[in-house]
Amino acid sequence: MFTNIPVSAMIGLFFTALYFIAAIFAPFLAPYGMAEVVGDVWEPSSANHLLGTDNIGRDLLTRMIYGGRTTIFIATAATILSFVTGSVLGFLAAVLGGWADQVLSRLVDLLMSIPSLILALVVLAVLPVTVTTLILVMGLLDSTRVFRLSRAVAVDINVMDYVEAAKLRGEKRGWIIFREILPNALSPLVAEMGLRFIFMVLFISTLSFLGLGVQPPLADWGGIVKENKDGIVYGIGAALYPAIAIATLAISVNLVADWILNRTTSLKGGRG
Amino acid sequence: MTEPLLKVRGLKIGATVYPPGEKPRDIEIVHGVDFDLMPGKVLGLIGESGAGKSTIGLASMAYGRGGVKITGGEVWVNGRDILKSSLKDIRKLRGGEVTYVSQSAAASFNPAKQIMEQVTEAAILQGKFSKKDAEARAVELFRKLGLPDPENIGRRYPHQVSGGQLQRCMTALALCPEPDLVVFDEPTTALDVTTQIDVLAAIKDAIRDTGVAALYITHDLAVVAQVSDDIMVLKMGDMVEYGATDQIINHPREDYTKALVSVRSIEHPEKSPAGEPVLKCEHITARYKGTQFDVLHDVNVELYPGQTLAVVGESGSGKSTLARVITGLLPPRDGKIIFDGRELTPDLSSRPIDDLRELQMIYQMADTAMNPRQTVGTIIGRPLEFYFGLKGEAKQKRIQELLDEIELGKGFQDRYPAELSGGQKQRVCIARALAAKPKLIICDEVTSALDPLVADGILKLLLELQKIEDVAYLFITHDLATVRAIADSIAVMYQGRVQRYGGKTEVLTPPFDDYTDLLLSSVPEMKLGWLEDVLANRKMESAGN
Amino acid sequence: MHPILKLVLQRIALGILLLFAASAMIFGLTEALPGDAAQAVLGQGATEEALANLRREMGLDQPAITRYFQWLGGIVQGDLGTSITNRLDIATSISNRLGNTLFLAFWAAVFSVPLAIFLGLLAVRYQNRWPDKVISGATLATISIPEFLIGYVLVYFIAVQLGWFAPLALISDSMSLGQKLHAIALPVIVLTMVVLAHMMRMTRAAILNVMQSAYIETAELKGLSTFNVIRKHAFPNAIAPIVTVVMLNLAYLVVGVVVVEVVFVYPGMGQYLVDAVVKRDVPVVLACGVIFAGIYISLNLIADLVSILANPRLRHPK
Repeated sequence: MFTNIPVSAMIGLFFTALYFIAAIFAPFLAPYGMAEVVGDVWEPSSANHLLGTDNIGRDLLTRMIYGGRTTIFIATAATILSFVTGSVLGFLAAVLGGWADQVLSRLVDLLMSIPSLILALVVLAVLPVTVTTLILVMGLLDSTRVFRLSRAVAVDINVMDYVEAAKLRGEKRGWIIFREILPNALSPLVAEMGLRFIFMVLFISTLSFLGLGVQPPLADWGGIVKENKDGIVYGIGAALYPAIAIATLAISVNLVADWILNRTTSLKGGRG
Repeated sequence: MTEPLLKVRGLKIGATVYPPGEKPRDIEIVHGVDFDLMPGKVLGLIGESGAGKSTIGLASMAYGRGGVKITGGEVWVNGRDILKSSLKDIRKLRGGEVTYVSQSAAASFNPAKQIMEQVTEAAILQGKFSKKDAEARAVELFRKLGLPDPENIGRRYPHQVSGGQLQRCMTALALCPEPDLVVFDEPTTALDVTTQIDVLAAIKDAIRDTGVAALYITHDLAVVAQVSDDIMVLKMGDMVEYGATDQIINHPREDYTKALVSVRSIEHPEKSPAGEPVLKCEHITARYKGTQFDVLHDVNVELYPGQTLAVVGESGSGKSTLARVITGLLPPRDGKIIFDGRELTPDLSSRPIDDLRELQMIYQMADTAMNPRQTVGTIIGRPLEFYFGLKGEAKQKRIQELLDEIELGKGFQDRYPAELSGGQKQRVCIARALAAKPKLIICDEVTSALDPLVADGILKLLLELQKIEDVAYLFITHDLATVRAIADSIAVMYQGRVQRYGGKTEVLTPPFDDYTDLLLSSVPEMKLGWLEDVLANRKMESAGN
Repeated sequence: MHPILKLVLQRIALGILLLFAASAMIFGLTEALPGDAAQAVLGQGATEEALANLRREMGLDQPAITRYFQWLGGIVQGDLGTSITNRLDIATSISNRLGNTLFLAFWAAVFSVPLAIFLGLLAVRYQNRWPDKVISGATLATISIPEFLIGYVLVYFIAVQLGWFAPLALISDSMSLGQKLHAIALPVIVLTMVVLAHMMRMTRAAILNVMQSAYIETAELKGLSTFNVIRKHAFPNAIAPIVTVVMLNLAYLVVGVVVVEVVFVYPGMGQYLVDAVVKRDVPVVLACGVIFAGIYISLNLIADLVSILANPRLRHPK
């Protein structure tokens, strides 16, 4: 099943895997301690400090590796939360219909009538900013999009003749959801999962940059920008490393998601 | 001898296909076709889906739809090879010398513009008429084509007229610039049966009166026999037979043509009612949730074991609603359904499992009736497992028996629906219904999405299976030829009521009520001159005009 | 009444209802969550007595419903309340900043909208050829980097290395329009890049959708030139989806503005909102949140109305 993977997907898979491995094994890979001050302020890159040092003299490569760990962990957790909540409620709304569907759909309309960044800022103005809060806020706000997608996909499938045939046969609701609808809804949802993950990485980075995300001394990519942004006017590019990291991760995940979407639709028995 | 208006030599057409997840690939869809068309004559291009007939039609305008490219050969129009012409010259040809009528007028008209502007656009652009003259000609054509209120209909927008009317407007659009040739691409296929005949007659008259030549593309040999002088039969991009209409219809030479001509000629002697009815609908009245009118009014029909009741009607007649009521998907407002001597509960969810098992359904679109993520084995195996608890070896054996019954044989169990042809898909659906050992199968337009020869095969199979399994069919269709082939009794439905009901011979023997007459007379027959006879003897106007 | 007028009025009524519901939700969220404004002002070490006094002063001893309607009534009359950190009237602070934000968003729109439509057309014209691929590749890159990082990358290369523009967008009323525009050049470029990608992709999709319609084929088969096919048949049908795309992206711009203002220390609403969130100044957060929500909902409503008004089926009913 893994024969003839296109080059683009191969590159995507490689970098995605690289980032996740770096995130998991950060303590073993990082040359120094996360918050350890090991040199002068904003040292240029050298054999000891491959990417130089940051605004208070910590090793930047170490900060980037630990930062990736935090960013990827929060983004992954929020994506899972968003997916579980959004798709379960979306499928239920589609299959149950009636007032349950109405209540959920109108609630989601309301939540989506305000940009999620603004809504997140409002909530973070009154909640203590911890990693748990961030995951909950981001995951729940984003689950509205997953809800819309999974509901739309499930509604489309639910009116198919094969679902009607299963109902006429006398099948229970469980069979209909898990055996008839879910297998057909999977590929658009998996592709969407990649996009949601990227969005989460951007979202948490933005919040941290604004000072409302991950709190120091814990490192994350958005926070690294915030810590080092003052160096930019002096021509010190320390704040730009996260740009490269985020962009490569986002593009890689995008390439993988594209490939999954293409591959699953071309499977034997793929729709269309 | 005059020069042909259209001369096609060695025409080859290719296309690039993009299979998902694979590299794009070039295929050839027409493999070298030759024909001539004299001025003022009509040539019918006929074939099943994939024959390449539309592609050939559009090639006469040097046009390829989507990724389609003309890869070889010559197309001569009025003495010049248009495949060698510049784009500028081709633009003069399109809409001037050659025009086009598509299958779906509803999609082919720009929704944002009035009909008149669109009908006269080409004639004005090509410098054939002034705006005033073009509009006068359009009104004349509207009148000739039998459109209501010809003076004012041009001021309407496309969505403001009916499908049959729009198809006539499209014909006016094509004829307005006084072209030498019109390409008609399945112009009546998307219409209701009774409307189809009127539009066909309007097109035929217009062709005769304007003296234009035409390429008439269709999958229905009986239709093309009514309008064309010559017929070319195509199959998979190759010419099979080419000759005068009389020769093709009455003395076909090739086996494929013979099969096409003799399609729908299944003989099925009527069985008379015997024993207790397996299904009795008593005073069924039904309406959809949230609507204010009944779609079924006091429907009474009976069906006997091992027999077929055909429910015939056009779209909107309520025939499919009747199926939904019987299956319990739409509980009726009033009336009873007696199945095998016992009364069925109105709602599906409260029916005992045996009621569900003994009443099975086959759908029109086999594509959407099977879960694309399940193999044929799973699809047929599930009812065996669900109703009879069959497992392992016993289940496999029974699946293979069913596959043998539907003439698919070995090696199909592990295939997915996407790997089957249209006819094979429908056969699998039949096997799935049979797996439940039902007493009654509801067949909802099961052959109307299929090519005629394939549909014939399915009908023969259904008749064969009826003999073996002694199962009754409630056969819903709009196609009277199918009814003749398969029914023992017939219910003609019109606007939610049973208009005429009884044994097949009785229902199909005059005197008819007006609607049944209209419906019966709307089925094209494989006979020259049939259209004129029918129109001369009609009692009622079709509704879709 | 013409049915389309009825539909338009219905949508507007629905939009107003949504605005009220959104304001209630924003207010409710700050109420329902733990922690209150008095605690936030005085900090953890405050005595019970001081807290109770401040709560009374801020009206926090009233039930939430009462306070919501008082707050809403204030907003309708232009009274947005008082900041709890600097005790200034919020409406006064906002009016100037809102003007600045709209100024920035306006110029970003002036550049991005025509550019996006042009590039979208270009991508359609050369569909699946290199211009299309270059455009979609660039699009993928810009949507993969957060706004603030695009900002800093530009600051680093254009402002610091090349020295063309100032790294910070400081503006004041005494500046001429030219000076102001020079000052906001970088944030405008960032915002343009951010919305350009989405807008171009959506424009491309909208035009392609129209170009694949059967009536376009009809027009081609009438012998119309490509230009006339687009002008007479594609454009009248593409205009509504394109306007929708533009409106949706202007709404998106509202979010982008928040972050970009922080990057360039631009004295606008976004900066104000983020500061207030950091300082837990709930009244300011509420006021800014409602204004952003209002702009966002209005733009979406306009998109909705345009597509209703442009629909020939609704404009010319049977």
